[in-house]
Amino acid sequence: MSEIVTHLSYLAAAMLFIFSLRWLNRPNTARRGVLAGVVGMGLAIFGTLLDPHVEHYLWIGLAALAGIAVGVPLSRVPLTAVPQRTAISHAFGGLAAGLVGTAKYLIWLEEGTLTSFRTGAIVVEVLLGFLTFTGSLMAAGKLQEVIPTRPITYRGQNAVNFVLLGIAILAGLALIADPTKSYLFPVVITLSLLFGVLLIIPIGGADMPTVISLLNSYAGLAAVAMGFVLENQLLIIAGALDGASGFILSVIMCKAMNRSFTNVLFGAFGQVQVASGQVEERVMKGASAHDAADYLANAQRVVIVPGYGMAVAQAQHRVREVYDSLTKRGIDVKFAIHPVAGRMPGHMNVLLAEADIPYEALLEMDEINPDMPQCDVCVIVGANDVVNPAARSDKSSPIFGMPIIDADKSRVVIAIKRSKNPGFAGIDNALFYADNTIMVFGDAKGVIAEIATALKEDDTAAAA
Amino acid sequence: MDLDLGFSMLFALMLATFVGFSVIQNVSRLLHTPLMSLTNAISAIAVVGSILIAGEQKDTLTTVLGAIAVFASITNIVSGFLITDRMLKMFKEKGPKS
Repeated sequence: MSEIVTHLSYLAAAMLFIFSLRWLNRPNTARRGVLAGVVGMGLAIFGTLLDPHVEHYLWIGLAALAGIAVGVPLSRVPLTAVPQRTAISHAFGGLAAGLVGTAKYLIWLEEGTLTSFRTGAIVVEVLLGFLTFTGSLMAAGKLQEVIPTRPITYRGQNAVNFVLLGIAILAGLALIADPTKSYLFPVVITLSLLFGVLLIIPIGGADMPTVISLLNSYAGLAAVAMGFVLENQLLIIAGALDGASGFILSVIMCKAMNRSFTNVLFGAFGQVQVASGQVEERVMKGASAHDAADYLANAQRVVIVPGYGMAVAQAQHRVREVYDSLTKRGIDVKFAIHPVAGRMPGHMNVLLAEADIPYEALLEMDEINPDMPQCDVCVIVGANDVVNPAARSDKSSPIFGMPIIDADKSRVVIAIKRSKNPGFAGIDNALFYADNTIMVFGDAKGVIAEIATALKEDDTAAAA
Repeated sequence: MDLDLGFSMLFALMLATFVGFSVIQNVSRLLHTPLMSLTNAISAIAVVGSILIAGEQKDTLTTVLGAIAVFASITNIVSGFLITDRMLKMFKEKGPKS
C-alpha cells in the first residue's frame, strides 16, 4: 500500500516539476512556478520517507536540519554574489550524486549484487558527480576571486587533461567488466576530482556564464545517472530537466560569444593578447561626471549598457537614481542587455530588477540594436567586450564575429570605466577612442552617484 | 538487471529531455538566473537517493556518506527555492510611482 503512495507522489512530483519550469516562462507566472517546485519536492521527500527501506530517521533529520541551517543564509547572499552561490550549489549537487554512488557501490559490493549495468551507472554517476563537485568549487573560487580569475595555462594542458580523463574512463570500463575489482573505484573517484579542477583552471572570467551553465547541465546529468543506479524514474526526469536547461543556457551563451563548446573548454580564452602589428598611440577623451550629466539632460533617447563592472561596484541602485531623474524629465531610457554580460546568464536582469527598474525597460541585444542609430546618448557602465566594434570589423581580433550591442552607433557614447586597462578578456576596445566617445574614469558606483547628484542639482536649480 | 526496466528508464530520459528542451526554450532571457537557481533546486531531487542510503543504515560508512548527501541536497533545495523566489519578487512590470 505505502508503495503505491510513494509511486503516486513521485508521479505528481514529476508533473509539478514540469509545470514549475513552464510557469517560469513569464515573469507574471514565475512565482507560481517556484510554488509548484516546492510542492513537488515536498511530495518527493514524503514519498521517499514512506519507502520501507528507510528504517532510521535520526541521521536524515540531523542532516536535514544542518542543510536548512546552511541553506537559509545561502539564499540571502547579496545579488552580486548569486553566481558564486549558484556555483556552490552545483558543487553540492555533484557531491550528493558522487557520495550516493559511492555508498551504493559499497553496499552492493558487500551484498555481492553488483551487476555490470549497476556498476556502469555508478561509474557515470561518480564521474559526473565528483567532476562537477570540484569543477564548481573552482568556478566559485574564481567568481569570489579567491582563485585568480585569469586563465592558468601551461604547455600540454589539454593533453594532460585528456590523458587523465582517458585513464578514468579505462578504470571505469575495467570496473564494469569486473565489478569486484574494488581497488579501481578510488582511482575513478580521485581522477574525477582532479579532472574537475584541471578543467576549470584554464577558464577565464569572461567565460564564466558558459561554464556555469555547463556545470548546471552536468549536475543534472549526475542526478539522471543516480536515477539509473536506483532505478528511479523521478530522478531521471528531474535530472533530465536540469540537464536540458543547463545545456540550452550553455548553447545560448556560446552563440552570444560566437564560440564553440570546445573552444570555451579548451581554448583558454582571455589571456593577454599580444597586439599584432603596430600599436598606434591613440587618446581617450576624458570628461567629468558633470559633463556626462549635461549630455544626459539634453538627450531624448538614452540607452544604458550595463556590464560586470556595474555588478562589482554594486552600482545598480545609483543607476536607478539616474534612470528616475531622466524619465522624470520625459527622456526615454532603455537598458541594453547582452546575453553574456556579467558572470552568469541573466545576471544583469536580476541586478536591475533588484534596483526596481521595471523589466519592460530591459531590452535584449537583438531588440535594441536596430534603434541604436536613433540613440542620443549611450552610457556604458562597466561593460567592455560586449560593445567592442572590433567584433564586427577586425578579423584578427579574438572576439571577431561575436554579436555586440551597437553602442558606437549612438550619437554620443559615455563610457564609465575603472581605469584605462583593457577588460577581462584583455582586448583593447576601439570604441573608447572614438570621436563620439567621452570617458569618465572612476568606480562605477561613485561616478554614477555623481551624475545622479548633478542631475538632481540641475532639477532644483531649474525649479528655483 | 531487467531489460524492460532498463529500457523504460531510457524512454523516461528521452521524453523528459524533450519536454525539458521545449519548456525551457520559451523561458524569457530576463529570467535566466532564476531559471538556473530553480533547476538547481529541482535537481536536488538527489535527496531521494540520499535519504534511501542514510535511512537504510547498512553500515557506518555508507550512513555517513548518505547523511552528507542529504545535507548537501537539502541545502540546495532550501537555498535554491528561497533565492529563486527572492529574485522573482523583484521583477516588476512597472517601476515604483515617482
